Amino acid sequence: MTEPTIRPFTAASFNQYLAEHKLMGTRCPACNATYLPPRAICPRCHGEALEWVELSGGGKLAAFTSIYVGPSAMVAEGYDRNNPYVAGIVELAEGAKISARILGVDARKPDVAWIGIPLSVAFVDRGEADTQSTVLAFSAG
Amino acid sequence: MAIRKLGRDVAIVGVGMSKFGAFPDKAGRDLFVEAFRELRGAVDKGFDPTAIEALYLGNYSSDLFEGQGHMAPIMADAVGLCPIPAMRLEDACASGGVALRQGVMAVASGMHDVVLVAGVERMTKLPTAQVTDTLGSAADTLYEIPAGFTFPGFYAAIATAYMHKYGMKPEHLMNVAIKNHQNGALNPKAQFGVTIPDWMQGRIAAAIKKGKPAPTWRDEWDFLHDAAANPMVAWPLRLFDCSPVSDGAACVLLVSGERAREFTDNPVYVIGAGQASDAPLHDRADLTTLSASRGAAAQAYAQAGVTANDIRIAEVHDCFTIAEVVASEDLGFFAPGTGYKAAEDGMTARDGARPINTSGGLKSKGHPVGASGVGQAVEVFKQMRGEAGARQVKGDIPLAVSHNVGATGSTCVVHVYEKR
Repeated sequence: MTEPTIRPFTAASFNQYLAEHKLMGTRCPACNATYLPPRAICPRCHGEALEWVELSGGGKLAAFTSIYVGPSAMVAEGYDRNNPYVAGIVELAEGAKISARILGVDARKPDVAWIGIPLSVAFVDRGEADTQSTVLAFSAG
Repeated sequence: MAIRKLGRDVAIVGVGMSKFGAFPDKAGRDLFVEAFRELRGAVDKGFDPTAIEALYLGNYSSDLFEGQGHMAPIMADAVGLCPIPAMRLEDACASGGVALRQGVMAVASGMHDVVLVAGVERMTKLPTAQVTDTLGSAADTLYEIPAGFTFPGFYAAIATAYMHKYGMKPEHLMNVAIKNHQNGALNPKAQFGVTIPDWMQGRIAAAIKKGKPAPTWRDEWDFLHDAAANPMVAWPLRLFDCSPVSDGAACVLLVSGERAREFTDNPVYVIGAGQASDAPLHDRADLTTLSASRGAAAQAYAQAGVTANDIRIAEVHDCFTIAEVVASEDLGFFAPGTGYKAAEDGMTARDGARPINTSGGLKSKGHPVGASGVGQAVEVFKQMRGEAGARQVKGDIPLAVSHNVGATGSTCVVHVYEKR
């Protein structure tokens, strides 16, 4: 019996986990700190004994914006001046923060009172089988 | 980190800049040549270009903006400076400030006596969507951009965190845009060198000329609230909260203190140069401040032996209106959460207690990203020598600051200037 292979601490591994609908960070046992995006080296103690850890997927909104003029990738998805979308920074229950799409709110009626609302992870699959990718999102309510 | 004093005095003895704007027929090198020619004619006692020992060039992405990499030797050659060493510094929109700091270090170390620091960016050749993508590549393309963020979006997120924490309203930010356009209207080099009321009159005149119904805005506030005239870009930031896409170049001649009088009897000394780095926006404890700005300012003030209270004027990185508010706090001028009130109360106006962005800032003067940090030094030099014309701040300016930011504060550079 062979040991299960530990995936390298890379964006490719993170995205592979996303495609499996898992939100994975890394944890430094020495600092008891959890990092998202994943890191290979702990920025606090500079140790390299990090390990993958699956995050609960719960969090709250720390900051956000409703974007009316998006990058070309979002324009290709059909977002524009008449169809804005919300991007935000989510503070996870484990403490780490991450950029993500924010779903379940009305992008046309942004309200600063949204900051602090509870969110749960959502995985947005795009494209067909061969070119499929999964984008990290969080949903309100 | 221990703060060391500069090894010897470093002086700016001349400056030059192109007009900032949209110039379809000018390549980056043409803009650089324009700035260099102005510098050449502006040094009080004249100078021989063969005296220049090195070129430090700030440039973000000539590769993507105009399909030209390896800009530094090409700029050096364009004005006949080969074979001196020429190098390009890239730290996104802080490239110019970073180039200035490298030039200061080269002179302070004794490596060189005379160096040219320049910044150049030609942006408007690309369609707007590609400009958005090119600027976006200064963020973390693996973890920030997939969320749909743009640069207006990042600063809008900072604004929402700030609004939530301190009670600011989006309307407060309009004070920054109005003030910077008032200053820029007095700067002949500015891209949008008109006040917002003048801008409105232009729009009305254009509508009448086309035989369309003329807009009827009561005042500039009414105009700025008009979703058609001032559309939302990334809530709460509208078009007039954003600096423009620009072409332009700027340069300064740096020399050792002992040689400054060969060039002018009226030099401006750089006495502090700080720089700091930070993680992407989402990985920061406090989203209402740029800790790299605070770090760079602390270094620069300590090196200069001054405090924020000693600073008379500042050119700060107002890529968006919220960025000026945050910078005015991060540089220590106003307490956290009060910068927007200071702007509302006129404290940052030309006749206020702490004039900020007398040039018009990036908002009105324009933001050719790699040139902006050097353009700030150009304004400080002119103000400190009393040569800023109609926008000149009254009274002596013994100490001034420039503050240049890359991305969302992943790079920040602060310089302190002294007029002796």
